[in-house]
Amino acid sequence: MAVLVIADHDGSAVRDTTHKTVTAAKAISGEVDILVLGQGASAVADAAAKIDGVRKVLLAEGEGVSHGLAEAVEATVVPLAANYDAVLVPANTDGKNYAPRIAAKLDVAPISDIVEVVSADTFVRPIYAGNALETIQTSDAKKVITVRPTAFTAAGEGGSASVETVAAAEGAKIAFVSEEMVKSDRPELGAAKIIVSGGRALGSAEEFAAVIEPLADKLGAAVGASRAAVDAGYAPNDYQVGQTGKVVAPQVYIAVGISGAIQHLAGMKDSKVIVAINKDADAPIFQVADYGIVGDYKTVVPELMSALG
Amino acid sequence: MKVLVPVKRVIDSNVKARVKADQTGVDLANVKMSMNPFDEIAVEEAVRLKEGKEHHAAGTATEIVVVSIGVTQAQETIRTALAMGADRGILVQSDADLEPLAVAKLLKAVADEEKPDLILMGKQSIDGDNNAVGQMLAALLDWPQATFAGKLVIEGQKATVTREVDGGLQTVAAELPAVVTVDLRLNTPRYASLPNIMKAKKKEIVTKAVADYGVDVADRLKVLKVTEPPKRSAGIKVADAAELVSKLKSAGAL
Ligand SMILES: Cc1cc2nc3c(=O)[nH]c(=O)nc-3n(C[C@H](O)[C@H](O)[C@H](O)COP(=O)(O)OP(=O)(O)OC[C@H]3O[C@@H](n4cnc5c(N)ncnc54)[C@H](O)[C@@H]3O)c2cc1C
Ligand SMILES: Nc1ncnc2c1ncn2[C@@H]1O[C@H](COP(=O)(O)O)[C@@H](O)[C@H]1O
Repeated sequence: MAVLVIADHDGSAVRDTTHKTVTAAKAISGEVDILVLGQGASAVADAAAKIDGVRKVLLAEGEGVSHGLAEAVEATVVPLAANYDAVLVPANTDGKNYAPRIAAKLDVAPISDIVEVVSADTFVRPIYAGNALETIQTSDAKKVITVRPTAFTAAGEGGSASVETVAAAEGAKIAFVSEEMVKSDRPELGAAKIIVSGGRALGSAEEFAAVIEPLADKLGAAVGASRAAVDAGYAPNDYQVGQTGKVVAPQVYIAVGISGAIQHLAGMKDSKVIVAINKDADAPIFQVADYGIVGDYKTVVPELMSALG
Repeated sequence: MKVLVPVKRVIDSNVKARVKADQTGVDLANVKMSMNPFDEIAVEEAVRLKEGKEHHAAGTATEIVVVSIGVTQAQETIRTALAMGADRGILVQSDADLEPLAVAKLLKAVADEEKPDLILMGKQSIDGDNNAVGQMLAALLDWPQATFAGKLVIEGQKATVTREVDGGLQTVAAELPAVVTVDLRLNTPRYASLPNIMKAKKKEIVTKAVADYGVDVADRLKVLKVTEPPKRSAGIKVADAAELVSKLKSAGAL
């Protein structure tokens, strides 16, 4: 009953979404291996080998897999899957891109975004923007699962697994062209303890930068946004929190000028403490907020900055 | 170029889903149903490829076929797509709520018959939140896939797609035929005009049965129960920022 976890990493370090996926894998099996896909990623493989409870790390290096191209990842993973009963992948955009492709090649029903492992064949996952949780049991002998990292604690360090090299395939009929990554010294949304998110109320990219970013800097927080703010170009797409964006669960989530639509709540309602700043006392965000301030962000945020010292 | 657009009939995005008391599922009786919002974006892009809107050359798409797998009422969903500008529709009638793998197999069978150059579809259906069918369809067809498209450029036999990914944007170039799944920022779908709604009534919708395609649609997953997530209770309103900071500090949150 061995499980293969595909690591999430940034080219030099393993992201803690990998550790969280390992925790889900351990709930399924005592035999957990990690696959590191990349190029020049041996440091990542060494780091993955130190995760507690990992049996073996497989390292597959190639151009296609290093860009997360689903065709290359599928062709690399499908042959390896013969040795495993389950393949677990963090539910980030890369994992969501290739996991169903791998599942289809193996003729299994993929299970998306699990938040709980009930047993080796039974899992809980949110549906309808998190307004319902379904408990499903699979009859497939092999399983392909994406794991919502915020729902699991991170596996610790202290392992000493061996690292083995395996062949990486290239994908057919597709080529990587370019990427434009948002550069920031702030913590990543998924890993941040505090998140400051801005909504449509901010009104412009300049205002978003002038109001949300200094507050985030003061708190050492990551920056998020509602769909409305992203659609209007106030913030990059990668900041979107919600049903169809990122799912986050920080210690503190501060929503500034966000109404609290169900699609937004789906991405942040598992935060430990929710703070809402909104001038409309009836905004739905107050129904989930632990602390709400009814007021104009233009006065509340500067006051908050000075209260923080 | 022929474009196939799979569209799904789902709960309207403005409706909050309610779990049934017997925990067998979500209550859809008398609930407003609509086209999955991502699929509207896919239909819109296909129509723009035909009309030559935005950066697309007119006539890039020559025929747009929409397909829906679902209950008889999914005809209305297809009709909406026809009113937006699609040319004809196929309904694969099924009363069962088929799993993504079965849907992907049926769509593959449709694609084998229709031989489109491009399949444009939603990245995710807002009921099951699977985000799976497009990727699986591409795998079954052995076609390249470009998911979460925020921009699509067609030149000759190549689709250049800018994808919305964690960390920013990634651009890939896929050889056609390919599957492209669309994200929210690709376009803003139009509302069909009254004349186009009238015209759509005359467009053809062919109804098929699942059995016509001879694919295995058996369930692999058994839903043991559907429950409500733990409720979050509303907290308190604080008077000002100073009180907020002191509350956060005493709660150990800062
Ligand atoms: C298929 C689909 C997927 C979606 N996915 C997502 C998703 O992943 N994430 C997401 O966020 N949304 C998503 N949405 C959109 C969602 O339904 C809402 O439209 C969106 O979240 C609204 O963003 P907002 O709260 O910033 O804007 P609004 O709803 O316009 O709210 C703005 C708020 O700011 C307040 N305000 C205005 N001025 C001030 C001021 N000066 N000071 C203080 N408060 C002020 C207003 O009272 C209001 O409550 C999706 C929608 C669909 C259909
Ligand atoms: N029953 C269906 N009929 C037609 N298209 C579907 C159906 N189910 C899913 N799709 C397509 O697949 C996309 C992704 O759905 P899903 O993988 O279920 O989240 C949707 O946006 C649709 O384009």
